[in-house]
Amino acid sequence: MSKQSVNTLSETGISRRGFMIGATSAGFTLAFVPHALLSSAPAHAMAEKLFEPTIWYSIAPSGEVSVNITKAEMGQHVGTALARIVAEELEANWDDVRVNHVDTEAKYGLFVTGGSWSVWQNFDLLSRAGAAGRASLIEEGAKLLGEKASDCVAENSFVVCKGKRISFGDIVAKGDLSRAYTDDQLAALPIKARKDRKLVGAQTAAIDIPAKTNGSTVYGIDATYPGMVYAKPMMPPTRHGSVVKSVDDSAAKSIQGYQQTLVLDDPSNTVPGWALVIADSYHAALRAARVIKIDWQAGPGADVSEADLLQRGAELLAGDTGSLVVDNEHVDHMFDAADSVLEASYVTNTVLHFQLEPVNAIGLQKDGRWELHTGNQWQSLILPTLGQALGVAPEKVVMRTYMLGGGFGRRLNGDYGVPALLAAKALGKPVKVVFSREDDSRFDSPRSASVQNVSMAFDANNKVMAMQHAATAGWPTAAMAPFFMGPGTNGEKFDPFSINGANHWYDVGAHRVRAVMNDLANETFRPGWLRSVGPGWTNWAVESFMDEAAHKVGVDPVAFRLQHLTANGANGGSAPNSVGGAKRMARVLQRVADKAGWGKKLPANEGLGVAVTFGQERDMPTWTGVVAHVHVDPASGKVTLKKLNVVIDAGTIVHPDGALAQTEGAALWGASMALHEGTEFVDGQVRDVNLNSYQPMRMADVPDMDIEFVDSDHQAVGLGEPATTAVGPAIGNAIFNAVGARVRQLPITADAVKAALA
Amino acid sequence: MAIEFKLNGSAVALDVPADTPLLWAVRDELNLKGTKFGCGIGMCGACTVHIDGVAQRSCITTVAAVAGKNITTIEGLSENGDHPLQQAWVATQTPQCGYCQSGQIMQAASLLATNAAPTDADIDEAMNGNLCRCMAYARIKKAIKLAASGEVNANV
Repeated sequence: MSKQSVNTLSETGISRRGFMIGATSAGFTLAFVPHALLSSAPAHAMAEKLFEPTIWYSIAPSGEVSVNITKAEMGQHVGTALARIVAEELEANWDDVRVNHVDTEAKYGLFVTGGSWSVWQNFDLLSRAGAAGRASLIEEGAKLLGEKASDCVAENSFVVCKGKRISFGDIVAKGDLSRAYTDDQLAALPIKARKDRKLVGAQTAAIDIPAKTNGSTVYGIDATYPGMVYAKPMMPPTRHGSVVKSVDDSAAKSIQGYQQTLVLDDPSNTVPGWALVIADSYHAALRAARVIKIDWQAGPGADVSEADLLQRGAELLAGDTGSLVVDNEHVDHMFDAADSVLEASYVTNTVLHFQLEPVNAIGLQKDGRWELHTGNQWQSLILPTLGQALGVAPEKVVMRTYMLGGGFGRRLNGDYGVPALLAAKALGKPVKVVFSREDDSRFDSPRSASVQNVSMAFDANNKVMAMQHAATAGWPTAAMAPFFMGPGTNGEKFDPFSINGANHWYDVGAHRVRAVMNDLANETFRPGWLRSVGPGWTNWAVESFMDEAAHKVGVDPVAFRLQHLTANGANGGSAPNSVGGAKRMARVLQRVADKAGWGKKLPANEGLGVAVTFGQERDMPTWTGVVAHVHVDPASGKVTLKKLNVVIDAGTIVHPDGALAQTEGAALWGASMALHEGTEFVDGQVRDVNLNSYQPMRMADVPDMDIEFVDSDHQAVGLGEPATTAVGPAIGNAIFNAVGARVRQLPITADAVKAALA
Repeated sequence: MAIEFKLNGSAVALDVPADTPLLWAVRDELNLKGTKFGCGIGMCGACTVHIDGVAQRSCITTVAAVAGKNITTIEGLSENGDHPLQQAWVATQTPQCGYCQSGQIMQAASLLATNAAPTDADIDEAMNGNLCRCMAYARIKKAIKLAASGEVNANV
């Protein structure tokens, strides 16, 4: 469902649109256009910016190829990957290629960077955009050289015809590239076979890296604007429904640079009960904030604790509400008829994004439009809210693009932009809002705590007959993007991002998956999409449970999984995204087990644990196998992660070193959330707001890592998130194999391990 | 009264309260944005600068405390961004989001200045106070070793 909603491509990749090349001030611009426009003059279409909202590129008379990127750069080197896809088919010299991270404009279409979707969604589209450019350059180059196009090829930013050649830049300067392609023509363009690729799959340096070694990269927090004032938020006691009763800033009046404390009136209700300390400088605002006293009327959830959230989750699972995401026939019958049933409950605690750059934004008004200067992952989602806050149409707001000091899903939620624009409107001047670290943590949209019940029915021969999985958590999509919710088989809507993973590829007979929103969580805070979202908890349950089931029936956990990765029926996969289905999942499992020496003898108190997942969603499976090697100190319960083996089949890999870097980071995120992170709600707020108590993994904690990608020519799928979620259950399973302690809660604490040993 | 110190070799004088954190003085008063704000309590290392050659957390260092001292930020670490560590950071393709990397490089430079051939344990100890939220730790360590080896070559 996620795919249909955001991916305008059909199965062939290019429906409902054509492609057009027209002269612009930049040289020639190459863009997708609505079909209806194909008969109009390309120059007119380009001048009037009539093209289909999409990613597009231009070629200048200098030969420079500029690829416009609507995706946020937050460490994944996305511009490099997307531009490589264009350049591959265009036959451009990579040295001529630039990436241009654009500001929001309707002409660029949807702005969202998440779900590990960027390369997957754009591979075919950009390949065809590049191929159309190449075909046009060859035709026009041939004409300029007085040759037949059929005698010419494009290579290295030149068109070469029987020994003569002309550069792309010269073709742009002297020729007329104006063309229009229907989708049939686009689909008929030859796309390179894998053996002919020169850029896709080849090593390259990421374009964004050099500036990140000398301090010159401009993140949102580095932005300035003439005449701006600084603002520091004063955090209300609850995320929702707080009201400022009074402000006492008498002690701040003598502070040099302090201006005022501004109570925000927010028609969008994004930041209820907010006040901003306004000052000449941020350090003055910090100084003033320490002595300003605000009396609030708290909103709902002011007394809610983590235990309350988990208790509410357990209550909801005990009932029968929620959405049936998978509901095969005869589930109840199978459980009734079972010889034995295995049941287990799993819990995950609240997790913070803790992206290192605290959220921030400059709001200002210029030339009749409002501008928000900030790093963001889902501009298209927040623009209507920004308009609502200001009382203007969304088209009257533009978001200026900056590099992101970490995203991890935090900046999919652009709520932090609202106070900057409200303040700019109230004060009539540019306002830069910078959250302190503590503000950022309190205003985070954290990964919700979750509770899950899993059960499996076995016959007298220990054959699996049926499986049930019920999961509850706060649902970010219900809070922020309800249009993404889809109906289950019982008509009830569910957040796909919060249950992905439970609809797994194992053949378990009759299968039922029920998703329930934790209403108390959504009332108390704004749940967030955090790197992988639901699979962060669903895979913890599924992959821990598969191990428990294997041990119950006395089968090796790798062998047990392989027995159930039969690729029957829907689990056989489908073109183009999941060709091979569960067979590919089985392959990465077998490979990672072999590489890790599964079954080898280990010293006392050490163990290997396995987990295998399909990454983010069935529509885009990234087959991911992990083996964790741990040591457990039985006396203290302390777990040391010694090594992670990871094998991933992500189909075609565009930027191999970038893929590796993403997987290194994702795997360590998984380890950090399993062993080092996690917080709890106390009185409606997260307890841990800075590094004195919230303690993500540090260098000394890093295990050895061996990461391998399956050599594959399948559809390119996502890589930013998948390794994140397989690591936790692999560690949990390794702990069991090391010392026999079964842990069912994330994060895994030493106390929990000790308790499970007792 | 103005507080005077040297920033990347140049004399500067600031008329700000004595308790102003050096971080905000450098970023907002002196407009060098390469030094980053992460936690504000000296525990993430994103704000690391050199004070008389030694890595320190600028977010918990006041301007009064650096009067008369030599401050070096990432912008002043090398003439052209080509300190061996900076080259090694590129050669190993270390940065992801990059936000912590100014601080990581400044911390590592301070380490190499006193320990030209650090062991893994030396690196862990010196760098453990620098959080990399993207968790590019393995590459940071590799880059430090590469720079220490003297065989750095930024071409990949």
